Amino acid sequence: MGSTAPAEVERPASDVRPDLPWLTIVWNDPVNLMSYVTYVFQTVFGYSREKAEKLMLDVHHKGKAVVASGTREEMERDVQILHSYGLWATVQRDS
Amino acid sequence: MSTGFKATRDGVSIHLDPGEVSILRSLVSQILGLVEPGSTGDDPLERALGIGSAAAPADPVLARLFPSAYADDEEAADEFRRYTEATLRDGKRADAATLLETAAPGRLHLTSEQGQAWLRAINDVRLALGVRLEVTEEIHEEIAAMSEDDPRYPALVTYDWLTYLQDTLVRALW
Repeated sequence: MGSTAPAEVERPASDVRPDLPWLTIVWNDPVNLMSYVTYVFQTVFGYSREKAEKLMLDVHHKGKAVVASGTREEMERDVQILHSYGLWATVQRDS
Repeated sequence: MSTGFKATRDGVSIHLDPGEVSILRSLVSQILGLVEPGSTGDDPLERALGIGSAAAPADPVLARLFPSAYADDEEAADEFRRYTEATLRDGKRADAATLLETAAPGRLHLTSEQGQAWLRAINDVRLALGVRLEVTEEIHEEIAAMSEDDPRYPALVTYDWLTYLQDTLVRALW
């Protein structure tokens, strides 16, 4: 983040709010195939087959899973891509 | 019935008979008819940036194809939709168009990129059918136990066939 900002600039502590992490959630649905969801997690996030399968199983058994975390902009980008694959994904603030 | 997709050196291939191509084309054309081109405001800047409507679709199929990105923040969901839905619509239309341009009877060869477009286009059809037919996770077993006289039977058999096609396509692309 803010890679163009000079590193040496110091701001008063009150002005420094660490970015609260945001989450990308994928919800279970009866149509998307287990193989397809695993493939999409690998393709979109570059996750290993093992990690993608674990996340897919979490979605399947628990009804939803956190598949990524980061800035709000990053999570919205992820969700847009997941929607292009037809996955049911949402953004939310980590709480 | 087709034996599904196989991996090739530079993509995937499948053998489809004319009836199968006709079903695929018909269903994908229906998606194309349902998903209108991404419409944006009249403002040239909004058009250039792909900024469109913030309203969630009323049709349950469209609501599934373009879900809300925020589960419990309507304002944020509308804002997200305004900035992304036009692009999403165009992407789905491009995937459908790729399938319609390449689907042909006989032995069919697709590049990996075309295969990915087919994957998303077939999934969109399955999502649409899934909403209309109120598909559950036990659908495969339901169909196996269903009478052929059931009015949902023909559509569900088609759904099951698309499921098979998509699963073989995922495995061929992996």
